[in-house]
Amino acid sequence: MSNRVTSSMLYLDNVHVAFDGFKAINGLSMILEPGEMRAIIGPNGAGKTTMMDIITGKTAPDEGDVWFDGKHDLITYDESAIATMGIGRKFQKPTVFESHTLEDNLLLAMSGRRSIKTMLLDPGGKAEAQRMNEIFDTIRLGERRKDFAADLSHGQKQWLEIGMLLAQDPKLLLVDEPVAGMTDAETEETARLLREIARDHTVVVVEHDMDFIRDLDVKVTCLHEGAVLAEGQLDSVSADQRVIDVYLGR
Amino acid sequence: MTSFNTATGPGRGTWISVATITLLAIAIAIANLGFPPDSALHVPDYAVALLGKFLCYAMLAVSLNLVWGYCGILSLGHSAFFALGGYAMGMYLMRQIGTRGVYGNPVLPDFMVFLNYKELPWFWYGFDQFWFAALMAMFVPGLLAFVFGWLAFRSRVSGVYLSIITQAMTYALLLAFFRNDMGFGGNNGLTDFKDILGFDIQTRETRAALFATSAIFLCLFLVITALVTRSRFGKLMIATRDAESRTRFLGYRPEKVKLFVWTLSAVMAGIAGALYVPQVGIINPGEFAPANSIEVVIWTAVGGRGTIIGPVIGAFLVNGGKSWFTGLFPEVWLFVLGALFVLTTLFLPKGVIGTLREGWIAKRGIRTSKHLEDGELALPKPQPQAAE
Amino acid sequence: MTRILALIGLLFALITTPAFADRATLGPIISEFATAKGFKGVEVVIDKLAATGDPEVGNALRALSAGNLRFRRSDGAVFIVTSGQALDPITRETVDVGTDDPEKFKKVRVKNSIRRKISAALSGLTLMSPSIDRRLRAASTIFETADASALEALEVAIKDEQNQDVKAAFEDARASATLASGRDDADKITAVKHIAARGDREALSLLSRFEGQSEGELKSAIANEIAKIESSLAIWANAQNIWYGISLGSVLLLAAIGLAITFGVMGVINMAHGEMVMLGAYTTFAVQEFIRATAPELFGWSLAIALPLAFLVSGTVGLIMERGLIRFLYGRPLETLLATWGVSLILQQTVRSIFGPTNREVGNPDWMSGAFELGQLSITWNRLWIFVFAMAVFAALFFIINRTSFGLDMRAVTQNRRMAGAMGIRTSWVDAMTFALGSGIAGIAGVALSQIGNVSPNLGQSYIIDSFLVVVFGGVGNLWGTLVGAMSLGIINKFLEPYAGAVLGKVIVLIAIILFIQKRPRGLFALKGRAVES
Repeated sequence: MSNRVTSSMLYLDNVHVAFDGFKAINGLSMILEPGEMRAIIGPNGAGKTTMMDIITGKTAPDEGDVWFDGKHDLITYDESAIATMGIGRKFQKPTVFESHTLEDNLLLAMSGRRSIKTMLLDPGGKAEAQRMNEIFDTIRLGERRKDFAADLSHGQKQWLEIGMLLAQDPKLLLVDEPVAGMTDAETEETARLLREIARDHTVVVVEHDMDFIRDLDVKVTCLHEGAVLAEGQLDSVSADQRVIDVYLGR
Repeated sequence: MTSFNTATGPGRGTWISVATITLLAIAIAIANLGFPPDSALHVPDYAVALLGKFLCYAMLAVSLNLVWGYCGILSLGHSAFFALGGYAMGMYLMRQIGTRGVYGNPVLPDFMVFLNYKELPWFWYGFDQFWFAALMAMFVPGLLAFVFGWLAFRSRVSGVYLSIITQAMTYALLLAFFRNDMGFGGNNGLTDFKDILGFDIQTRETRAALFATSAIFLCLFLVITALVTRSRFGKLMIATRDAESRTRFLGYRPEKVKLFVWTLSAVMAGIAGALYVPQVGIINPGEFAPANSIEVVIWTAVGGRGTIIGPVIGAFLVNGGKSWFTGLFPEVWLFVLGALFVLTTLFLPKGVIGTLREGWIAKRGIRTSKHLEDGELALPKPQPQAAE
Repeated sequence: MTRILALIGLLFALITTPAFADRATLGPIISEFATAKGFKGVEVVIDKLAATGDPEVGNALRALSAGNLRFRRSDGAVFIVTSGQALDPITRETVDVGTDDPEKFKKVRVKNSIRRKISAALSGLTLMSPSIDRRLRAASTIFETADASALEALEVAIKDEQNQDVKAAFEDARASATLASGRDDADKITAVKHIAARGDREALSLLSRFEGQSEGELKSAIANEIAKIESSLAIWANAQNIWYGISLGSVLLLAAIGLAITFGVMGVINMAHGEMVMLGAYTTFAVQEFIRATAPELFGWSLAIALPLAFLVSGTVGLIMERGLIRFLYGRPLETLLATWGVSLILQQTVRSIFGPTNREVGNPDWMSGAFELGQLSITWNRLWIFVFAMAVFAALFFIINRTSFGLDMRAVTQNRRMAGAMGIRTSWVDAMTFALGSGIAGIAGVALSQIGNVSPNLGQSYIIDSFLVVVFGGVGNLWGTLVGAMSLGIINKFLEPYAGAVLGKVIVLIAIILFIQKRPRGLFALKGRAVES
């Protein structure tokens, strides 16, 4: 195993996936260092969501290596196992448990406690209550903790899902389009939230909103047709002629 | 500070339901045994038998509600578990007949003598003991459910596919139990029972005792449902129902959640069947008929799935209606039942209890949730618990 | 004068019926029965009669076989005595014997071996019959009884025979008779080969019978041929099983193909699908009743008339269901399942109220009845027509979906409803028509299925589970999957039946499908890709 693998948080090497001949991911390689926050951009169909599917175990790659935290070969695990290892995911379309209250949503996301026995018998304790209050403070939804998730606005659902990610306390967060459908103020707020999270987590953010990405101020990877087109600081990537051709120019 | 501890025990509604059922059952038993037939307060024997049967149906509906209402698994094969439990009890009752059968064989039941069995098949061993039969009434349905569920949930068979194969499961059992060489009495099933635990099964006292036992078990089932669904595990069940794949990304294994609930539910259905058989005096392969299973679904739907007491109300309403109609206008009953299926799904998707509760919540000005993502209904939630 | 008249009569008779010419020869032989010593003696007489080759001895021989041939103790004259009357043994004319005292007559005794001999002799006689049918029957009797006494008659008959079929049958019979005769082993081995060439069950049982009696080279030749026939019969038996399987598969295909549209293409769980089939069957019944009452000569056309009507009846009911119920439940499959189950109960009870709860029998037109042989296969016409019909329905549906503009609309709507709507397709109209089409096809399946079973209000219930399993097994949304699914389930079922019995075989198939679906939840012909993931 190479040094790059063992020292990285996420290591993708020459990954390929095809759906009925359509090459969704075509030789994708990427390395994420521990503690890093990375923004992923790219046109529709560039393979951003499929890449997340591969990392979280939803889709199995046809070939290539996917390593997590320097020691786990993700290809051999399923979604639950990967989630338990410490990879959390926020979906493109916010997916929360709509018939539960916000509290219950966070409660279900809260790390630890995955066996049927403890879930049936253990009522939970003070430490959890403390963590939940902190998270509600972070995502600023404490007022609505007793409401049903179904009654939240689109942006609030996004935040709730980020809150669930925090409750899960993963090592690596995959955040798919966190500001889609948000107002400018909300977008700014979300950028602040993510920067805060990135202080003690490794984060991958997929976004189309270039102002938001600029706000994040992190290394950017541009995907195109299932492979990396350009990588580096936002200014250098957005100056790249190929990136302008396939993505920004439009 | 708010506490969100979840396992706070069954809610007030459940205790009220349990108390009501218990009081009614005691009242009926007293009215049946304690008053002479000419008294205005007397409840006739046939009514006790009928209500006892309904109690077993209610238990079956409660068990189906656990998987369908809270976990989203629409089983079209729950009467298979019910019938298996019934057969276990029937086998015990057959062996209690002893030499009083037509052929007077001390070991072999009549149908085996008739079919030229030389000795008791191995799977009939032990059924002369009540404790063994009672255990089997839970174990056999539980085992079938466990194996079936383990295969189905692991390979992520869900939705209508699962419904269809549960139906195929009960259909396969129906065909199998019709065969004489299965050793369960074939077409005729098991009947002509004499006594249970030494008591004559025909006497009013035994019947009243069976009735009371059914009521106790129904209450127990309601308490179990409430305990399970109000625990954190129950929240996970509902989360699994509404967004199964999301729970995986939180590190849960929905297949295990489903398997646990499914098996628990099958055991409950088995107990219901075991209590049913001594009260109706017969168990035959007809109980496996797929149509029976679907009828259980409509009891649950009419009463209100995803509510604790709804299935009980539904089972009594629909079966009460069935008894009334088949007595007066037998040819109309299927029209009514068919219309019930159509109208409930179209106009009363939350069932009687669900709709009542929703109205009550709306009146209190509590916001209700909108529609859920995959077409499942927003079901009544456990009430937020007040801070103590 | 009377003598002259009698002579003229005799001459006349001589010209018209040659039999009378032999009356003089037959009479004495027949009367030998009176003096025959024991069974052996009787057999000798029978042989003599058979040797005359005269069909007129039939009456006497048949009477002998039935135990009705008796002779007068006083003079040994032989009569047929039946129901207290004495008849002439040749002409069966009533003869006045002046007495009915049974003590004066003695029965010619027979036993079973003699009866067999008689039947072989009789068939030897009928070898010359002018009726082809009788000659064929005679040949097959000789073949089965392996009667050596018919051998010579056969050899004569073969030479004169003009009809090829009959000649072939005679040759088979000769081979069989040769085996029973005292000819040498070389002849017999040729005969064995000839018999073996038939390759059927009769040849097998005949050869098996002789295997025990023979020895040496002959025995090994017979054993050899028996082995060959057995292996070829095993192949035929498999072929027969495959045919039964295909036939069952056609029934399953017919029942399921409408569902392949409503469930497979539209994703609607229609539990009342079986009732659409049932409605089609009852339409057939009603059409036949109407034809019987008004125009019986049209009965042969009843099915052709019922087909479009059944399509209309079931299609209309389907259309009403879709407009009145199912369209409110799109995207809620479990509730669609429950609501359509309710509809199925209502339809069943409606039919029960109109036509009564009992089974109704739908008649088979002439061209649907009977069977024919193909090699060692036995194929009934109704099964064959149902197979042809199922294939025709499949082809028609395939054409509609893949080659017509309606089919294009249908596929567009199922793949991307919003896009199809944006392109001007009336999506709700397409939904309604697609559902009506699936239901109508179930209706015409009902016409075909009414030909192989009774029609009752529960007809649909017996098909619904199988139909769903076929569609799910084959792979949802794929017509070829439905075809392959139906055929393979049919064939597997029929191959299991001999080992497990019909019911257990079915149970095994059900369990196998349950396991299969868990292995491949999307069926045999699964669609792949990200689109189906969600």
